[in-house]
Amino acid sequence: MKALVSVKRVVDYNVRVQVKSDGSGVITEGVKHSMNPFDEIAMEEAVRLKEKGKLTEIVAITIGGAKNEETLRSALAFGADRAIHIKEEGDVQPLTAARAFAAALKKEGAQVFFAGKQAIDDDANQTGQMVAALLDIAQATFASKVELDGGKAVVTREVDAGLETLEVDLPAVITTDLRLNEPRYLKLPDIMKAKKKPIETVTFADLGVEKGAALTISKTSAPPKRSKGIMVKTVDELVSALKSKGLV
Amino acid sequence: MSLILSRRDLDFLLYQWLDVEALTRFPRYAEHSRDTFDAVLDTSEKIATERFAPHNKLNDQHEPHFDGERVTMHDQVKPALDAYCDAGLMAAAQDAEFGGMQLPTVVEKASFAYFLGANVGTSAYPFLTIGNANTLLKHGTPAQIDAFVRPQFAGRYFGTMCLSEPQAGSSLSDIVTRAEYEGDSALGPQYRLTGNKMWISGGEHELSENIVHLVLAKVPDDNGRLIPGVKGISLFIVPKYLVNADGTRGERNDVVLAGLNHKMGYRGTTNCLLNFGEGTRHRPGGKAGAIGYRVGELHRGLACMFHMMNEARIGVGLGATMLGYTGYLHALDYARTRKQGRVISGSGKEASAPQQPIIEHADVRRMLLAQKAYVEGALALNLYCSQLVDVQHNSDDAAERERMTLLLEILTPIAKSWPSQWCLEANSLAIQVHGGYGYTRDYNVEQFYRDNRLNPIHEGTHGVQGLDLLGRKVVMQDGAALKALGAVVARSVARAAAVPTLADYAKTLGESMQNLAVVTQRLWAAGDIHKTLANSSVYLEAFGHTVLAWIWLEQALAAQRLPADDFTAGKLQACRYFFEWELPKVGPQLDLLAAMDTTALDMRDAWF
Ligand SMILES: Cc1cc2nc3c(=O)[nH]c(=O)nc-3n(C[C@H](O)[C@H](O)[C@H](O)COP(=O)(O)OP(=O)(O)OC[C@H]3O[C@@H](n4cnc5c(N)ncnc54)[C@H](O)[C@@H]3O)c2cc1C
Repeated sequence: MKALVSVKRVVDYNVRVQVKSDGSGVITEGVKHSMNPFDEIAMEEAVRLKEKGKLTEIVAITIGGAKNEETLRSALAFGADRAIHIKEEGDVQPLTAARAFAAALKKEGAQVFFAGKQAIDDDANQTGQMVAALLDIAQATFASKVELDGGKAVVTREVDAGLETLEVDLPAVITTDLRLNEPRYLKLPDIMKAKKKPIETVTFADLGVEKGAALTISKTSAPPKRSKGIMVKTVDELVSALKSKGLV
Repeated sequence: MSLILSRRDLDFLLYQWLDVEALTRFPRYAEHSRDTFDAVLDTSEKIATERFAPHNKLNDQHEPHFDGERVTMHDQVKPALDAYCDAGLMAAAQDAEFGGMQLPTVVEKASFAYFLGANVGTSAYPFLTIGNANTLLKHGTPAQIDAFVRPQFAGRYFGTMCLSEPQAGSSLSDIVTRAEYEGDSALGPQYRLTGNKMWISGGEHELSENIVHLVLAKVPDDNGRLIPGVKGISLFIVPKYLVNADGTRGERNDVVLAGLNHKMGYRGTTNCLLNFGEGTRHRPGGKAGAIGYRVGELHRGLACMFHMMNEARIGVGLGATMLGYTGYLHALDYARTRKQGRVISGSGKEASAPQQPIIEHADVRRMLLAQKAYVEGALALNLYCSQLVDVQHNSDDAAERERMTLLLEILTPIAKSWPSQWCLEANSLAIQVHGGYGYTRDYNVEQFYRDNRLNPIHEGTHGVQGLDLLGRKVVMQDGAALKALGAVVARSVARAAAVPTLADYAKTLGESMQNLAVVTQRLWAAGDIHKTLANSSVYLEAFGHTVLAWIWLEQALAAQRLPADDFTAGKLQACRYFFEWELPKVGPQLDLLAAMDTTALDMRDAWF
């Protein structure tokens, strides 16, 4: 059984992201990038399933410019067998990404599409769901446990009320949550092996996907600074302060 | 922002200054490219940050404990080292055959810098293991390599270096550990060792399956006497557990821990007094005496051990650098958040205005700038030396290899001692920036200082490095090493002379090198070795500062070629600091040396 795993190159989670002075976005030049942490969890899960003999092939896929090759090399070092690089230098919105992934999934005939539940750059949390909708296949999002068996997947999901277990028919989309696993550290010899694994480069046109722009970003701004707190001396004072602000 | 090491700086040094990608011209590194180097650095940063840094303070607060039987230590140490070994970092620079990825030394050291900065105590175990295995790889027999090197690179065994004895530290010629020949074995000529080794880092622990001690000892002559001097020293492998022919763990060897030393810093590393050949608890083969296998020729042990010592000296310099570096980043972070006082503006101080971050005070920026100049300069020097090792091992041009060897000979004492002195000073300044808080154990900087205080002591004290530089290195092969360094510096000076903003510094550095050469000649013309060497540690410091001025000029040359931004401006300012504030310290030192001052030499014991 084959799995397709999407991996996105994002600004590293340790970087203090800064908004561009003209409000057109955030500064991405000259800052460290790495694989979206949720996608690392997706990669790790796929590799574990392969180690257990539940998957036979793992194909990593990314959309982005030349630098995304690094992200694919990490995925290959993680344990992907080969990779697909959808080359695109400009911004890509979730729907376009989902169309491209759906097309690739079909073309590859993969049974599982693994993705992080969201990417830490835009936090959109849409792509996985859209892939499922476009292909009209099952989806199990926010996974904290995944079992593959025959033509089915049993997935435990993190929901507001606790945990929910779903059984879904394959092919299916599974998006991964933080507690699913702890991704391994790359092994140095695997970094060298990854160099020899194949990366296929394609374009949106090759996949028959038109790059749409359903959303327009009107402005990006930093969150408002937290204003200074005040100290109250008594509970009464607290209550009246809350009342005067109309909070109780 | 990482508080261990600035990746921007590391990238600058590796790719924009040293151009380490060019090393891929050598067949050994041909399969590499920047992305494999980056992947190693990413992994190292991650493991260091997530597994090493979190227990750095705990390691210090709960130092290893010996109950007379077993050594116990903080329970996060082993998982951290397991993660390190599992990632294949122990073998990073080795052939694929040993599980390695043939990483260039310079990138390996850059990767290791993260661990040293995150937790120097825990990092000492791989530090010693890699040095031990490299020495055996060079001087051991194939059987010794199979039995002791492979398991070390695989992270199953850890290694030590056992040179010092209670009565013989700086003066290794006075060691008295005896090795009596017993017969030949598959693992080489077999001996029984008796004696005590003092200060042995990593000498006992249960972090690995076995411990491979590399031990210096003397083989008695036919009359049972030990040959005086270093000529009588041989090198032995003494494993904690003997190794069976099939590689499994055998009998316990007669090496026992007599006690742990309670140190000022580096507390995470066990530091041991080891007894060899006690004959009470363990009697391998039914006899007293620790079984050891000789490495290399009889009486040639110190020469073999120098392989490990030279590597360790640059490594100690890198450790000192990284303690200074992480201290600097902590101080910088603190200075940007701690608010205290107001900066005087046009009409004086505005008492009602909010307090400002202390980085707004010029004196605080001075302390930060000094730290930046020390730690970034030291890191640059250590990486430069590591790259020399790569070229030395790989160049097919014999003259180039010889040049690299000479440069390493002369720069090793500097790469060891300069960071040990000035990055310790950086740690002192990091405490100063923190004010009273820096003096408490609630913050990290006091530990960095205590940890770093070791570095001018071990691997050849500061004094010993001074003697090595002035007494040996600058005069070796008729001054060939000094000339080789002079030629490299002269090239930088010529390049900088063509850059208007750097031309003055180029001139100053050129003069400084010239003065150093003159003083060296004068010292050696004294005709009295006592006078020549009396002030060698001052010579070491003057030499070190001159070398670092060159390293800063080199960094400035690389920085001014890049598009101007805050980072490059910072590099250029640190270069300016070094030339305006630090290099001038060298003048009075050279004057004192040139005058053949004998104040210290003439002082008498009785006058104190
Ligand atoms: C924490 C720690 C870890 C260590 N780890 C190891 C280890 O793993 N393996 C190992 O073998 N050793 C180890 N050492 C030992 C270390 O290398 C020695 O402490 C060092 O070589 C100095 O020897 P000593 O302590 O006997 O001091 P001494 O040699 O007695 O020196 C005392 C002072 O006298 C000066 N001095 C001595 N001789 C001369 C001279 N000829 N000219 C001028 N000045 C001189 C020294 O510079 C020093 O200032 C370690 C030491 C420490 C503290």
